Amino acid sequence: MKFVCLECDEVMAFAERQIPGDGTLAAVFTCGGCGREMAMLTNPMETQLVSSMGVKIGGREVPAQPMELARTSLEGGRDDAFALSEDIPLADIEPEPGVESTTVSQAAGGRVVWTSDATGRLERVPSFVRGMVKRIYTDWAREKGVSEITPEIMDRARTELGLEGM
Amino acid sequence: MRNIRTYQEVTHDTGSELLEQVVDQQHRLAERLTQVRSVVAVASGKGGVGKSAVTANLAAALAAKGLSVGAVDADLNGPSLGRMLGVSGAQLSDRPSGVAPAKSPSGVLVMSMELLQQEADAPLRWREPAMGGFIWQSTVETGVLREFLGDVEWGTLDVLLVDVPPGTDKIGRLLELVPDLDQMLLVTTPSETARFVVSKSVRMAREAEVGTLALVSNMAGHTCTECGHVSDLFTGDGDKRLEQETGLPVWAEIPFDPRLGTATDSGTPLVITEPKARSSQAILALAERVVEHIS
Ligand SMILES: Nc1ncnc2c1ncn2[C@@H]1O[C@H](COP(=O)(O)OP(=O)(O)O)[C@@H](O)[C@H]1O
Ligand SMILES: [Mg+2]
Ligand SMILES: [Zn+2]
Repeated sequence: MKFVCLECDEVMAFAERQIPGDGTLAAVFTCGGCGREMAMLTNPMETQLVSSMGVKIGGREVPAQPMELARTSLEGGRDDAFALSEDIPLADIEPEPGVESTTVSQAAGGRVVWTSDATGRLERVPSFVRGMVKRIYTDWAREKGVSEITPEIMDRARTELGLEGM
Repeated sequence: MRNIRTYQEVTHDTGSELLEQVVDQQHRLAERLTQVRSVVAVASGKGGVGKSAVTANLAAALAAKGLSVGAVDADLNGPSLGRMLGVSGAQLSDRPSGVAPAKSPSGVLVMSMELLQQEADAPLRWREPAMGGFIWQSTVETGVLREFLGDVEWGTLDVLLVDVPPGTDKIGRLLELVPDLDQMLLVTTPSETARFVVSKSVRMAREAEVGTLALVSNMAGHTCTECGHVSDLFTGDGDKRLEQETGLPVWAEIPFDPRLGTATDSGTPLVITEPKARSSQAILALAERVVEHIS
């Protein structure tokens, strides 16, 4: 899927994705030549078609999570399908070889603690996806060198990551 | 008329990153499967011929031989492998490199849709808009199968068995995900209808150049539990005809044995509980063949 500005004969670039409601997905594209903006709106069926591929228009803010498609698409998921261990072990962040960014090295190996308020909020997330959501927040915190997750940090992560409804 | 270029002619990247994500998905799956020596599909095209029972018993037999074995229930709509391997109700968990699978008492790592569903009698349903479900259902199911294969923390495995649902399209779906499948066992019965359907699957697997292809003739004769006498269950010779027509080797002839059905359906593969039974012996010999042919 590509949009071409016929006036400038230029490919329009993806700018922003929104979920305005009613199952609509809006993807905004801008022409680099004349600055014209356009939004592509999909109906619920088309939105579903894109999400059923496990992809996001404009790319992902969060890397794909294990079994994310199954866990977010299944109707009637088992409450206790996933054991909720106290401390979900997390993948160590592997800095790219050579380019050792300071944030990564600061946070690497650093433990991330959840405050009880944050844990309380996490508990409201359906258990079927809770482990996955916890991992997303913790990975984000580690990457930012944040050692304690509070509800405020969760809000920040949510905005930055563009997590709708997590 | 204006001259509008084709998609390919417009070379500039739009930044929508859709293709990149799909490539990334394939990459993750391929990466996971590098830790698996051999992916073995148990398929047929036909339903009710014993694919799941063969998969469960074969998995247990291979594990009993000391191999590390995983089993994926690719039958998302009619899962039965979890039940047959005795892992119903087991919990999965989030681990550093994926979802930890269930482990059967016989030592097989298992992933099945059954483990994800709340109600045992609930048909598989996806969150969907009211219309057009059929358009994307197959896309979701292919994606979920990809996750069952690639997002599960299998560790290093000697063999990963895949219980493929009926329908030749489902064989195609698996081959799309695992193009370099090592072995495919095609389960058939002496019935003429099975021969007719399985021959289509043979052709499909051949076209996909599956490494090793073999037939498993199931329910070949009925063993009397009283006297051990073997009589025909089906009058046909579909399995023999299939062997001749396709030139494929028959790696096992498993008799119909009520104990096999009962034990397997209750979660304890017969190869474990009664390894001496004729049907168990046939499956243990099948396991030998599979091991010999691991590439
Ligand atoms: N050789 C056999 N002897 C007795 N019962 C069998 C045999 N093979 C399969 N069964 C039973 O037949 C039923 C159908 O087999 P199943 O493995 O579920 O078929 P499929 O997976 O091909 O649809 C199951 O109850 C199974 O335990
Ligand atoms: Mg089955
Ligand atoms: Zn323009």
